Amino acid sequence: MTLLAVERIKLFSTRSPWWCMLLALGLTIGITAIIAANWDGSPMPVLGAVFTHTFGLYVIMVMAALAVTTEYRFGTIKSTFQAVPDRISPMIAKAVVVVLLSALVGLASSFGSWGLSWLLAEDNSDLALTTANDWRHVAGVGLVFAAGALLALGVGALVRQTAGAVSIILVFALVVESVIAFIPNIGDDIQKWMPFTVASKFIFGDPDASAIPEGAGPPAIGELSPWGSFGYFAAIALAIYIISLVVVKRRDA
Amino acid sequence: MIEATGLTKHYGRTVAVDDLSFSAQPGRVTGFLGPNGAGKSTTMRMILGLDAPTRGKVTVNGQDYRSLKQPLRVVGALLDAKWVHPNRSARAHLQWLARSNRLPDRRVDEVLDMVGLTQVAKRRAGGFSLGMSQRLGIAGTLLGDPKVLLFDEPVNGLDPEGILWIRQFMHRLADEGRTVFVSSHLLSEMAQTAQDLVVIGRGKLISQTSTAQFIKDATEDTVRVRSPQLDRLRELLDGRARIAEAAASDGALVVHGVEASFIGELAASNGITLHELSPQLGSLEEAFMQLTKESVEYHAAE
Amino acid sequence: MIEAVGLTKRYGKTVAVDNLSFTVEPGRVTGFLGPNGAGKSTTMRMILGLDRPSAGKVLIDGKPYAQLDRPLRTVGALLDAKWVHPNRSARAHLQWLAKSNGLPDRRVDEVLDLVGLTKVAKRRAGGFSLGMSQRLGIAGALLGDPKVLLFDEPVNGLDPEGILWIRQFMQGLAAEGRTVLVSSHLLSEMALTAQDLVVIGRGKLISQSSTTEFVERSTENTVRVRSPHADKLGAMLVDKGFTVREDTDGSLTVSGAQSDEIGDIAAASGVVLHELSPQRGSLEQAFMQLTGDSVEYHAELAETGK
Repeated sequence: MTLLAVERIKLFSTRSPWWCMLLALGLTIGITAIIAANWDGSPMPVLGAVFTHTFGLYVIMVMAALAVTTEYRFGTIKSTFQAVPDRISPMIAKAVVVVLLSALVGLASSFGSWGLSWLLAEDNSDLALTTANDWRHVAGVGLVFAAGALLALGVGALVRQTAGAVSIILVFALVVESVIAFIPNIGDDIQKWMPFTVASKFIFGDPDASAIPEGAGPPAIGELSPWGSFGYFAAIALAIYIISLVVVKRRDA
Repeated sequence: MIEATGLTKHYGRTVAVDDLSFSAQPGRVTGFLGPNGAGKSTTMRMILGLDAPTRGKVTVNGQDYRSLKQPLRVVGALLDAKWVHPNRSARAHLQWLARSNRLPDRRVDEVLDMVGLTQVAKRRAGGFSLGMSQRLGIAGTLLGDPKVLLFDEPVNGLDPEGILWIRQFMHRLADEGRTVFVSSHLLSEMAQTAQDLVVIGRGKLISQTSTAQFIKDATEDTVRVRSPQLDRLRELLDGRARIAEAAASDGALVVHGVEASFIGELAASNGITLHELSPQLGSLEEAFMQLTKESVEYHAAE
Repeated sequence: MIEAVGLTKRYGKTVAVDNLSFTVEPGRVTGFLGPNGAGKSTTMRMILGLDRPSAGKVLIDGKPYAQLDRPLRTVGALLDAKWVHPNRSARAHLQWLAKSNGLPDRRVDEVLDLVGLTKVAKRRAGGFSLGMSQRLGIAGALLGDPKVLLFDEPVNGLDPEGILWIRQFMQGLAAEGRTVLVSSHLLSEMALTAQDLVVIGRGKLISQSSTTEFVERSTENTVRVRSPHADKLGAMLVDKGFTVREDTDGSLTVSGAQSDEIGDIAAASGVVLHELSPQRGSLEQAFMQLTGDSVEYHAELAETGK
């Protein structure tokens, strides 16, 4: 508990995490509001209210990466390890705080988006959360944010530089995963297993075919069930994070 | 007490620290000296468990740093005053440090007060002058009221009052029975601060001894003599001591190889009046240059 | 020669430098001392024309900096060793400086050699240690072979060899007839380096004099005496009206007397002397004495215990 308080103080005593959280919420909810207000009059589906969550996800991953890389950038990691020399426990505490916070931001952004759509959409008859799938579409965003943050923490701890960590995360998520589909023959098969593609299947996956809004990303055609998709994404995040723990433990600070 | 035994650190092929053994005793200020690249920082990082030794070990009060449960209560260290997040307030910086070792918030205010930063505690550390950052760093070392203190160039960025303050402060910490280990390049400052010295060069131990002994061993003591009967005195000393004229305009003699008391006795028994009879100690700088000649990294052309 | 006359600088309501007048003579190393916030940096910036005085003026060899034709050939300055683009090589940094003042490329190699950076001249300056950056800055200051040199904390980041080197270097520059003004907080270092001192506090001149004079004026001079007949000698000295204190090791500390007088008294009564050393106060003591109330942050020597 002590170390959680330590990490909480660290996170909230500088400004950038606040900016990241505001930006994540603002982007997700704001863009959803514009979409909802301009929906063409047909009933707005739940998926339409949550598909902007990826914007927030990228921002929250940047926040998570920064939580580690700024410690290296400003040398406070040395003070951290001086205070708690086993190294692993402060890194785990940091992960718990960042992951929980990211989950909360994720939930706030998805329920915020959903709520605002309810108010703004002309026809909100389809927005009611009636099935387990509906709940997963909205509440699942919290889980994806949490796992994404864990992944970003791992990358940040491995790379140690803000610019490097952020570029790796964004270039992979935004460029590599789409471009890879252009590789002849095998591209599509590889893309199906790319972590962020799989993560979006967890949110968007297995809807009623009719409810897929245009351009909302690939429908659930992967090899995995929606929950299997989340398991896959979370496992990758956890693996990278654990590798980073091993490296941090061994490496000279 | 800090004890290093056969401490060795390789970075790739470079040997930064090479089979180094020394100890720093409680109740003393121990200066840690060496030219650039001698391995001082690496050694300090290993003492704090930040870098892992390739071989050998270093213990603090008999324990490996990494095995300490609440290290801030045992060791306070200031390696770099800039290791603070610039957007975090001085107070928040100390708060998270205190919390990590279960130290009460009250202690944060105490140490802020000790270093004279209470008034600026809520300002962001990034806006601090180097001197203020240094004080914040020192506040951090004192949080856990530790028995062992490590400082790397503590007077860096401090003004004369700050320099005097920290010198007296380190002496007081040692007088209270703590182990104070200070690395610095400012030899004229260290001569006034450190009672003991650990001197390294190229990662190896050059000397571990008291400061007075270090100077005595490496420099020659001389005696400065002024007298209205200087020629007579010179004749008497001839053959018993080496004599050099001092560069000073007051016509003093600088006598090598004999004690001041010897000259005093000689003068008195021959009825010679003395106007000055000052034993001149070598400086720490001279001694240091003498002993580390071999192991400096960059030689500037004269 | 540097001449400040009624130099004043206000930032809004703060008066950083307040009617400051002093001169810095050629052929001497002049130390520029003062507590934090005394206005040393502001003064140096005004000397270099970086800041404009609110009132008064400062002249270099009779001219304000801005009117110097080729300033680098008149004034060399090192204010902050970090004023170098980190991705530029040491050599390139000096080259553009040299070009800007019509100095030949050859001079770049000369100064690199002078400060011992020839081997690393092609490496990017961002990878330099503070000590190497400091040497690069000094190389820049020397480019134009200037008559006037300004240094701000020149030993910052240097190791003992570098500190010794720069001390001898500055003294060498002064011996060549140049004007050398050095600002520093390291009084024990300045006591070894500077022949003259300009001391300021809260923007005002506190003292301008030679270092020896400065120390003698504000500290008590005593003489340390050791003798097998210390009791007898001590009594005689007290009779003469001097203050004598006996220390724990049996030596005497005599105030108010010159060592010559004590030597004469001892000789006249056949007292053997084992030591007769005039003790001078330190520059630090003198400085603390004179600047006592013009410091910015006072830290208390408070108890460390909980």
